[in-house]
Amino acid sequence: MTDTAPAIQIEHVSKRFGPVVALRDVNLTLPKGEVLGLIGDNGAGKSTLIKIVTGFHQPDEGRIVVDGVEVRLRSVSHARSLGIETVYQDLALIPGLSVYHNMFLKRELLLSPLPFLRNGEMKRRARQYLNEMGVAITSVDTEVAKLSGGQRQAIAIARAVYSRARVLLLDEPLAAMGAREGRLVLDLIHNLKQRREVSIVMIAHNYAQVLEVADRINLLRHGTISFDKPVSETSLEELTDVMVEEYRRSHVAVAHT
Amino acid sequence: MSRVASAFVQVRWASILVVAVALGAYFAFTSPAFLTSSNLLTIAGFLCATAIVASGEVMLMICGEIDLSPGMVFALAPFVMYFVYNDVGLPLWIGIIAGLLVSAAVGLVNGLVTVVLRVPSFVTTLGMSFLLAGLSLTFLGFPVPTPQEGTRFADVMGHSQVAELIWALGVVAVVQIGLSYTRWGLYTISTGGNLLGAAEAGVNVARIKVANFMMCSVLGGLAGTLEAFRISSIDATAGGYDKMFQAVSAAVIGGTALAGGSGTVIGALIGAIVLSVLSDGFTLQGIEAKTFNVILGAAILVAMIVNVTLQRRRQQGAL
Repeated sequence: MTDTAPAIQIEHVSKRFGPVVALRDVNLTLPKGEVLGLIGDNGAGKSTLIKIVTGFHQPDEGRIVVDGVEVRLRSVSHARSLGIETVYQDLALIPGLSVYHNMFLKRELLLSPLPFLRNGEMKRRARQYLNEMGVAITSVDTEVAKLSGGQRQAIAIARAVYSRARVLLLDEPLAAMGAREGRLVLDLIHNLKQRREVSIVMIAHNYAQVLEVADRINLLRHGTISFDKPVSETSLEELTDVMVEEYRRSHVAVAHT
Repeated sequence: MSRVASAFVQVRWASILVVAVALGAYFAFTSPAFLTSSNLLTIAGFLCATAIVASGEVMLMICGEIDLSPGMVFALAPFVMYFVYNDVGLPLWIGIIAGLLVSAAVGLVNGLVTVVLRVPSFVTTLGMSFLLAGLSLTFLGFPVPTPQEGTRFADVMGHSQVAELIWALGVVAVVQIGLSYTRWGLYTISTGGNLLGAAEAGVNVARIKVANFMMCSVLGGLAGTLEAFRISSIDATAGGYDKMFQAVSAAVIGGTALAGGSGTVIGALIGAIVLSVLSDGFTLQGIEAKTFNVILGAAILVAMIVNVTLQRRRQQGAL
């Protein structure tokens, strides 16, 4: 384990489901503390790739290197024990519980040896942490059911980081969100970047937003990475052109078969 | 609005408390006998068993399941107690514990069939209800008097109405504290609120469900045992679907969601009070038995409509 090693390195990974090739010789590098924007059409293999990194699927070929050490991710909990956390679109928050109970779910502070919860202390720590992260909510006592979509997404991300995640996989964190709501989540990702405690892979459809927070953009097409550039060397126009070109090519291909 | 008042309306069970107080005031003004101590004890006697069964039902409903059989365990537990005391010859307190253990076993079967075999709990516990009701009527026979009548032990076990009320309030307090201040409560709300999310976070949702099935059943057995001592009689037809429906109604009137994920035990206690006050108040007013159910049903509907409306307005921030 070294400081210069990437947080995650994926080398020559392939995955088939029966006759369907989902991923073909995928190479991807996530340097420590960086944000990688992963874009691509529906069915390009983004979720298969994410599920391999979270240990849900095992690759047929290739290797995964975490912190410079090759690992075989056996299960989701195995990946989690290595600090790899995923925040899915269908959030794992509990609507009937307060924000701070959600933050501490399965990591509750107890008044040992008594079995009672230290609600006051959990509240204080949750409030302090969310403040540090710049997540604005009126009160950590609020039930999650009463929060907006953006606030929920921000809480879910903050919870994952608070559980000492070192690699965060965000599955479309900005989907179905208005500009103001998306702002909340983008600001949080900016904040996390500055702290450099966590490295992030972010799947997204809105290129302007990806360009704003990501350090590097990878485009997945037909199960393989077909575009890989640092954000400083690309632009919204280029990404749009690439996607339009993709679209045209795939449809012409279909028309010719 | 003052801070006290706004804190009050934030509490889930606040609206049903308003309904309960309004009902109490109405009957107090219209029937002079309502506020007498003997009548209040009658109300307490009715609500104790309902509140105890409802406490277990609330936890089960919060974690997304329901138990239709606690009314049958209600009748079974005191019979087990009587059998162990009278036929086996063991001390009465061992008989009581045996009755509660049999109740727990019924809950365990309910839980395992629901969680492991994935039969919906409505069906599992409906089947269990018929099974237990049939067994009770076949084997338990005629009503028998409760043992050790007139002793202090029988008084403590519910023969004294005050003792039964203390049992009920104690159960409500313990379960509410468990719900609000322990991991058991957090995991119960999580299991019912977002089953997949809770399991992903590492909550053992199967264990939480089975444990709540067992507790609901044990509380059904406890309520039946206390009730048997109160009326000095062990009767195979005690409890039944009536007791179960009263408990589920008390829970729902008290704000517990049928779909799971939220609810309070204190709310269910107030729900039980509302039901008791309604039936006692109408009896005092001399309403005929056949019209009684019509009025009771309508009153429950009105109480619920008021309650739900208040809750919705509170959520919209209008209150």
